[in-house]
Amino acid sequence: MKSVLGDRRAIFALLGPALLVYSLIVMVPIFWSLGYTFFTGSIVSGFTPNGFDNFVEFFTDPTAWSALAFTVKYAVVLTVGQVVIGYAFALMYHFYLKRASAIIRTLVFFPVVLPTVAVALLFQQFFQSAPTTGPVNGFLNSLGLSSVDWFGHADSAFWVIVAVDIWRSMGFYAVLLYAGIVDIPDDIVESSRIDGASGWKLLRHIILPLSLPVLLSSVIFSINGTLKVFDSVLALTNGGPGSGTTPLTLYMYQTSFTYGDYGYGSTIALMLTILCLLVTVFIFRAQRRDLTKA
Amino acid sequence: MITTAKGRLGRIVPAVAIIGTGALLLAGCASGSAASGSATGSAKFDYLGADTNTEISTVLTLMSKDQCSSENTAQPLSVGTTPGTGVDQKLQLLAGQNALPAISTASGTPSLMTQFVEAKKIVNITEALGDESSNLLPAAQSIITKLCGGSDSYVLPTEFNIEGIWYNKKIFADNGITVPETWDALVAASQKLEAAGVQPITADGKDGWPITRLIGNYIFRDQGADALQAVKDGSAKLTDAAYVKAADAVAALGQGGAFGPSVGSIDYNGMENAFLTGGAAMMYNGSWTLANFNDPAQNTIGLDNIAYMPFPAVTGGKGSIDDTPANIGIPVMLGQSSYGTNTQAWIKCIAANYGDLALANGGVVSGFKVTNVPTDLPALTQVVQAKVAATTTATLWFEALFSPKQTTVSQNNAALLATGSLTGEQFMQMVQDAGQ
Repeated sequence: MKSVLGDRRAIFALLGPALLVYSLIVMVPIFWSLGYTFFTGSIVSGFTPNGFDNFVEFFTDPTAWSALAFTVKYAVVLTVGQVVIGYAFALMYHFYLKRASAIIRTLVFFPVVLPTVAVALLFQQFFQSAPTTGPVNGFLNSLGLSSVDWFGHADSAFWVIVAVDIWRSMGFYAVLLYAGIVDIPDDIVESSRIDGASGWKLLRHIILPLSLPVLLSSVIFSINGTLKVFDSVLALTNGGPGSGTTPLTLYMYQTSFTYGDYGYGSTIALMLTILCLLVTVFIFRAQRRDLTKA
Repeated sequence: MITTAKGRLGRIVPAVAIIGTGALLLAGCASGSAASGSATGSAKFDYLGADTNTEISTVLTLMSKDQCSSENTAQPLSVGTTPGTGVDQKLQLLAGQNALPAISTASGTPSLMTQFVEAKKIVNITEALGDESSNLLPAAQSIITKLCGGSDSYVLPTEFNIEGIWYNKKIFADNGITVPETWDALVAASQKLEAAGVQPITADGKDGWPITRLIGNYIFRDQGADALQAVKDGSAKLTDAAYVKAADAVAALGQGGAFGPSVGSIDYNGMENAFLTGGAAMMYNGSWTLANFNDPAQNTIGLDNIAYMPFPAVTGGKGSIDDTPANIGIPVMLGQSSYGTNTQAWIKCIAANYGDLALANGGVVSGFKVTNVPTDLPALTQVVQAKVAATTTATLWFEALFSPKQTTVSQNNAALLATGSLTGEQFMQMVQDAGQ
């Protein structure tokens, strides 16, 4: 085995095909897209170089800025929601439900396996105000309140999207964080309890610091996933009303495939990639600093 | 440390340069040049249609077995479909590879059709048909040339739809309303209906176009049939007071409650359902909706209870109530790279027979001349057929000459205009800006 892995030609023969397929399927489109950022035109009429015009357009395009603002707002709110609620569930599994948590874990995890479009259609019906009144508005009506056109205003539509995505993903973060909390040695928890720590103190000084690595991993997972939100918004609101719930991904899709402007669409995609990289680097650095302090 | 950083930089810079050059070459190598087909065309008469439309493929298949059997022998018909939501993307990709099929659904986006024409990706139908062009209705030709620019046709009009307001005769009679002939009369009728607890107009705010059609028609009635061509040519702007007036008029109608609650949540089926079950007195729609009207399972108010009225005039306006808003639905186009003498024979046969066959087979009114009108056509279909045959010039719709981005912005914001979240000026400014 050593002689095989020590032979460069053998390594190349083993890795070459996989590397080639990976390069063709993943790397070539990425660099192709990167190249498009310096071109204008379409695949029908052909492309002509336009220097940095697409980047100038991005920084002067009010729709791009509003899409960026929506993306960041959504990512922050959803990351906080997913991780905090997921963490709360994880604590409940470990400290209150203990071995009986399997059924609850399965139930909370269930929405994760449902197709996004199916969930979106379900919630569209829940929040419907016309032509028929959905259960949410029905409940409001039973309290004597008038129906709310949830999808008719950007603010209310935003909170519906947030509610749907938290419901859909909290089970995943609950299980992920539960795995981190389970890893905390029981003797540390027991000894801290003997020392008088319980409730908030136990959480603040023992559980939270010891589960910090998995917590930060969850934040990185969540922020990167939410910055790239697409399917749930497309299925729930299609970016509307107007462009009130249009994230960068949807704007990129519309620009490239509806408006046929591949150059500017690729520029939006590049900006989103840079945003994801910056956020990830920032969180990694914050994590490193915290660990050093500890 | 500095040496290490310099060394790393020395390795990164050439790598970035190589990657960058490769990326530019990759992106730049996509070509827009057209390829010409062989003398007889492709081996098969390939049809690519949206999976949401089976009418065209059905009629073509019927023709291949009867009227166009000899053409089918020389170039056999082959039918394929693509998802309706991705037609434009598919056509763009095929055109970019010079692989458009012999005949396919045309793009629903006029600006994309212009790109196909300019890049010589599709066949000039006027030249290909020659004398057989006389089989196209004048009104259909008028729409096609307005959409494509110039004087030649590049699509075959497999549908011809007139648009207007369909109304419930019983609701009008019960509330003492006569058919409105002016915009002011329409607003007054809406107010009267609303006061009586009847929803005046049902509209698909989710897709937006039934609302923006009202803006476009108001502009045509007020400013004349060429008003939106002037915007395209740059001699007028949507933000000019004369154009903003139209958006304000529709906004005022909506804020008065004419479209009912939560218009932004109503989709096309919801709109149809509200009208056909008596939930609303009026609906702006095209004549393609006749298929729904003729279906007793959907139409519970009865076919005799529905009538068509043209979009009302605007008092003092330059346009005429006789200008009929129309469109050619989902036309078909011919790929230049698959074109040849066999394909030409096929489309001449289609031009000569499509009108009769589409009307007899599915009750579809097309943009081709009809020589044998079936005697058993439903009453409303006869009304539409007569109106189409009598129409010589037609007006387009609000977004017909817009870019894809303007179209999206217009239709996505229509419901916000109708609910008062946007003023007419804000709406028109957004649409105007999207075109720059």
